[in-house]
Amino acid sequence: MITAERKPIEEIMESVRPYNRILLVGCNECVTVCAAGGRKEVGLLSSALQMTFMKEGKVLDVKEMTLERQCDPEYVEELVSAINQAEAVLSMACGCGVQEIARRFKEKPVFPAVNTKFMGASERQGVWAERCQGCGDCVLGLTGGICPIARCSKRLLNGPCGGSTRGKCEINAEVDCAWQLIWDRLKALGLEKRYEDIMPAKDWRTSRDGGPRRIIREDLAS
Amino acid sequence: MKPFEPVIVAFCCHYCAYTAADMAGSMRRCYPPNVHILRVPCSGKVDAIHIMKAFQKGADGVYVAGCLEGDCHFKDGNLRAARRVAYVKKLLDEIGVGGDRLEMITMSAGMGERFAVTASEFTEKIRRLGPNPVKGAAQAKQKVAAG
Repeated sequence: MITAERKPIEEIMESVRPYNRILLVGCNECVTVCAAGGRKEVGLLSSALQMTFMKEGKVLDVKEMTLERQCDPEYVEELVSAINQAEAVLSMACGCGVQEIARRFKEKPVFPAVNTKFMGASERQGVWAERCQGCGDCVLGLTGGICPIARCSKRLLNGPCGGSTRGKCEINAEVDCAWQLIWDRLKALGLEKRYEDIMPAKDWRTSRDGGPRRIIREDLAS
Repeated sequence: MKPFEPVIVAFCCHYCAYTAADMAGSMRRCYPPNVHILRVPCSGKVDAIHIMKAFQKGADGVYVAGCLEGDCHFKDGNLRAARRVAYVKKLLDEIGVGGDRLEMITMSAGMGERFAVTASEFTEKIRRLGPNPVKGAAQAKQKVAAG
């Protein structure tokens, strides 16, 4: 999922302080799973903002809505009924959702309430870790299911660097050395031989390095 | 000027804290009338939003009372409650209401005395902290308007 974390309240307040009526929109997908911007978090942020306004002797009217997703125009359209009463929109979705709302409602100021972090998976409840960098040319089949782009600090493609110590990365004792993980995995699969296959220099044009990307499915696009 | 009487909301789990409160009653052991008890099946039922709404509606102090560590009727509900209380304390600090207005308290069903003592101590702590700042600005405005 795309992971995110709520911005500090003070930073959110800087965005909404000039307004008295806002539309606070959550998202039922990724940010719900990582407990950053789902229905529950919308309720909490609404209460927190209203209390902050009350402390300053002002009233903040918050309309709370949680869409199924904010990255599809069909769902963003559901905001039409509530948008006119709001002076501004505060979105708890990832950057994709915030932009889709801004695109649809060009005349309304839209603010992000979370910082979008990374594409990751749950290690256990409450802990999410980066797993994919969207490089556009997946090599997971060659590395036993461990991604050297996302999980190696240096994005090395042919084994660890000299900083790999007791299975940990030199940048941080809590970060696993991806290549240690890859080696262990290939060994468990009986595929040690694959370790010696050289991966050539990566063509980064398929990644964000090649510019903002787009997928067009001719059979689906009307 | 009336002395400040804090409004305290106590989320009490049915199996331990609420029964301890009942025990305090049976023992005729007094505790401040400021404490408003809300019975929940388990302290783990209390969600962050319940606590936030209590403060938003004007409570000066809130505590969540559950079973002793390891004794939760529902295995680990009290541990979840403790983690949630810690999270909301931080949020309350962030918005300037103050995390010290919120506590997690544990006790067993037979601890009527402990219920009464913690209720009194918490009430006094909140009395010293003063009214919930969320009410403060509105009240100050009213005072100014009244002349």
